[in-house]
This record gives sequence, C-alpha cells and structure tokens, in this order.
Amino acid sequence: MLELDDIQHILLTRAPAMTGRYEFLSFKDASAGRTWLEEIRGKVHSAASARASVEADRRWITVAFTWNGLRALGLDETSLATFPEEFRQGMVARSTMLGDTGECHPDKWVGGLASSDLHAIVILFARDEPERARCQTEHERLLARCEGVTVLSTLDLQATPPFDYAHDHFGYRDRMSQPFIEGSGDESTPGSGAPLKPGEFILGYPDENGPPFGLPQPDVLARNGSFMAYRRLEEHLGKFRDFLNQHGKTAEERELIAAKLMGRWRSGAPLVLAPERDDPALAADPKRSNDFNYRTQDPHGYAVPLGSHIRRMNPRDTGANMNRRRMIRRGATYGPHLPEDAPDDGAERGIAAFVICASLIRQFEFAQNVWINDRNFHELGNERDPIIGTQDGTLEFKIPRRPIRRTITGLPAFTTVRGGAYFFLPGLKALAWLAGNGRGTES
Amino acid sequence: MAHSPNGNTWSKPAAMAIPKEGYHKLENGRYGPLYPRTPANHGFTIIAKVQKGREQAVREYGKTIEGAIAGTPDALAVLKLHYLRWVLFEIEGATYFMYQGIFDTDFDKYTEDAVALFNSLGVNTVFENLEGFPKDWKTNAPAFIKFLRDHQRPSFLEYGEYPYVTADEIKKALRLKEKFSEMLDQMQ
Repeated sequence: MLELDDIQHILLTRAPAMTGRYEFLSFKDASAGRTWLEEIRGKVHSAASARASVEADRRWITVAFTWNGLRALGLDETSLATFPEEFRQGMVARSTMLGDTGECHPDKWVGGLASSDLHAIVILFARDEPERARCQTEHERLLARCEGVTVLSTLDLQATPPFDYAHDHFGYRDRMSQPFIEGSGDESTPGSGAPLKPGEFILGYPDENGPPFGLPQPDVLARNGSFMAYRRLEEHLGKFRDFLNQHGKTAEERELIAAKLMGRWRSGAPLVLAPERDDPALAADPKRSNDFNYRTQDPHGYAVPLGSHIRRMNPRDTGANMNRRRMIRRGATYGPHLPEDAPDDGAERGIAAFVICASLIRQFEFAQNVWINDRNFHELGNERDPIIGTQDGTLEFKIPRRPIRRTITGLPAFTTVRGGAYFFLPGLKALAWLAGNGRGTES
Repeated sequence: MAHSPNGNTWSKPAAMAIPKEGYHKLENGRYGPLYPRTPANHGFTIIAKVQKGREQAVREYGKTIEGAIAGTPDALAVLKLHYLRWVLFEIEGATYFMYQGIFDTDFDKYTEDAVALFNSLGVNTVFENLEGFPKDWKTNAPAFIKFLRDHQRPSFLEYGEYPYVTADEIKKALRLKEKFSEMLDQMQ
C-alpha cells in the first residue's frame, strides 16, 4: 500500500498549472536551512492532499535537496555515506558520461547550477500568473526571515501557446507516455505496459527485482522519497525551423521530417499508427495514442526511424529489461513564445524538466548514456538522439524507406543543456525530520 | 592507433595493442573505466579462483547452459554476443575459472541487462562457487558488477581477421547469401 499522504505530490500527480517558478537555494549554515525548511514544509502537498483538493488549489510546492544540501542541513556523515555514489558525486562530476560536453559542459551552465553551493530547489507550479506572483512575494518574505538562505538563481515557467494541450517550443505534444505505477490509483492506458512496482520510482517499496536494496539511512529517509535529475534544456527554435525548411520543400514534407525526428507527429499522433499523414484525433485519444509496439508493427523503422527520439527513450518491445528503465517526467516550458512566422529573437527558451526515479544510475543515467547518446544504439553507427542528444554537427540521422533510406548528415544541435543537478526528494515525514523535528539540534 | 568502427574496415585484418590499464585514454562509463572497441570487438576476460572442491559444480554448469540455449536459442540475444568461452585451469593446486566473452556492446552500458539475464537463466549461481563473490548478489547488483570489474583482465593485444564486424552484420550477410542462392535456384 502506497503511503500517499507521505509522498510528495510531484511523484504521482500532475498539477493543472499554467505557470511556475523554480528557485535554487544555498544554505550558509544548518540552522538557516532548517528554519527555512520548517516554515515551507507545511506548504508541500502530499500526493493524497493534492488529489483531494486539486480543483480548489491554486499552487503546488515541491522541495528537494542536493547531497551538498543535505550536508549543509546538518545531516551526519554516516547518513550521508548511505546515499548512492552517483547522487553523492552529483551531476557535474558525472557530466562527461552524461554527454554534457562542448556547449553543454558544466563550465557553461547558468544559474549557479554547477556550483557546490547549490543546496536545494523549491518548485512552484501555479494555476496562473497572479498566483505565481503572490507565491513569489510570499517566498521572498520567508527568505527575508531566514538569514543565511540565499537564492542562487530562479527560473520562471509558463506554458507556451496554443494552450489547449501541453507541448514544447518546437510544437511537439508532451505527456504522451507515462509509466503506470501499481497501487497509485491511476488508470493505465492501452500500450503503457503492465503496472510497475512502486519501488522503481518511490524508495522503500519492492521494485521489479524484489525487495528494495541500498536505501539511504536512517529509516525516515528510506521511505516515500525518490531521486530527481533536473535538466534545463534550451531549445533552438530558429535552428530547428531552418532545418525543417532546408530538408522539406513543402509544408507536408517539413511536418514529416519533424515527425521522423520525434517518432510522432507534432500533434502527438504516433507514426506507427499514422505513418503517412497526421491524425490529430488519434493524438487526442489516450486510449489509442500510446497503443503500439515496434517488434512486429515496425521492425525496420519505416514508420518510426530506429534513431528517433521516442524509439530511443522507450524502445518498448525491442528493448531489454525495460521495466527497470522507466522514469517519471515532470516539468514545464520557459522563455517567450516565438510565433511560427517570426525570426529567431535570440531569447533563451526551452524546457526545464525533472526525471524522477529510484536509481539515477540505472534509470536516468542509463537513458542519458545509452538511449540518448550511444552513437551505436540499434547499430546506427553514427547517430545520437536527434532532439536531445549531444550533437556537434558531425553526426547523421537515417530515415528508413524503400527502396533506399534517406540519410541526413551534419545534424545540428537543436537543444543545449544549460544546467542540471541531482536532487533527493524526501517524503513529508523526512522533510520534518530534516528540519530538525525529532532529532534534536545536533549537526 | 587509428581504429574506426565505421567505413569498410572489415576487409583489412587489424591488430590493436592495448596499454596495461586496458584502455588508451581514461573515459568513465556509469560504473568505471570504458574499455575500447578493438578489431576483435568488445569483450571481457574474467578470471577468478574457484572455491576448494567446487570445480565439478562449475563444470556441470556447462550442461545446464547447453540445455538452456537448446531450449531457448535467443536467450542471450540481448548481449549481442559472438562467442563465450568458459575454461577451468589449475595453478599450484588451485582451480581457476576463466569466463571470456566477445560481443558487440560496451559492457558498461548493458551491465544491468546482463546481470538481469544471468539471474533469469541461473547463470549467476555458477559464480557462487567462486572466491570473493558477493553473497547478496541477488539483490545487490552493484556488488555483482564490482566483482566482474575487479576480476576483469584486459587484453594487451586483440586481432580481428574481419575487424569491427558485428554479429548482426554477419548474420545479415549470411541471410543475404542464403536468399541470393535461393534466387539463383529459382532462376534455373
């Protein structure tokens, strides 16, 4: 039985937010950090409370810590040592393996995210702009009361138009495929696979391999928490549109190229089920939009190229050990909307996303290292993920078709990693414990 | 040394000398240093001491695996293998087990898949007869991975008569040859 009243809402619910704000914090000393945490933790929704009041609520708060942040809060060395190696090292130390090189190198990250002073993130999802502004002011007041807690940087989020469905700046519909967790109370959709054991995403529960193993200690930290990889990904919309224009003569051809890169039409309709032309009605129907596989329906990639984004990020029945590789994605778009006919304005825009999983090394890092950036994934030889892979202009993208495949060479980088970090997302009781409740004031 | 996995390199036999560390330049994967793809592809050679009196138990696993593959020929497909060789040998009265595999994937990348597969086939239990094998391997995948890495002995020379060719490419070429022969037969 999942303890829904102790699990932070972001793990299991998707807030109906149109705006948001991330604030990245640093604690000068443990008491400052604990004072801040003690005040804010009451505003953090559990999955149960978020579900109960989703219609009335106007904002949703999440709090998470880096390993350095846990130390800054005064967690003792014995406990710190029980956290997994990759989390202790942090995303910066793992950057080469993750593919964060060249323009994506941590030396070029913004917002102080590569700094060891990054201790915590507070995530605000808000229903609208006035609510975001109100919460921002309220948090400024809280910080003013907590001397020693500083803001390294902030990022404002907002949905990008049209607002009738979630999509990124490139126009790709988002939230098409999510894992279904046993006991979460969520309804599975066709094609989403059998329910997964909660321990794949939430610490303290059995996972697909059996009883949980190697949990952080003490016990209060070992239950109802999770790990979270943050990625701030700039989307180069001008470059993306130029690419489509260069490789597609007509609007139809350009849409098809965009679809081949993703594996779905920008509407969200999957190419396996709609290989020739877009089908927005299919895209909007959750009972059909995810109900496909590759092994029998598209083994050679004539519909969905082997190297396309969705075929890498979820190879479905052509991947091994899939139940141990699934991840929960949350996040939002940031930066100004760029209308279809407007020239690139040079402004930074993109997606600021969280990948939530019980094991960063087995789930997030595997996806990043193998599915996204292995040049030889599916024996492709010279490709990486065309949307989020590390691209330096020397790689290609192959589109299988009869009689001979089309190869696009010199693929540009449509995205750049502008920052990232590994966070521990404690359960609500653990937040209280970290704030100092029940463990005295030792440091 | 120039070694490109791309291009038509298969027709020119090649050899690669490998430094003592097992790699030319340190590059870390998720679990530790990555070993290069050589003209003989990826692979490992794991050597470990067999617990006293357990030699026969290890040897009997040969039959077990033979049976498993006969029953499910694609059981190991995930590993993209060319060959596996299991050898027992003696040094000064002690028995050692050598597990040599040649395959097309970087072991660091697919380590957990291999562990999961070994678990499902029961291959792992052969390791229980080896000295130093973690007792909690069933739940502690990182310890199992560490054991493999600690007992890996990198090659200092690898040679390929048809360098960098993958098992899939070989199978594709043989399938093509078969179909082509069939086509010629149909033309008679």
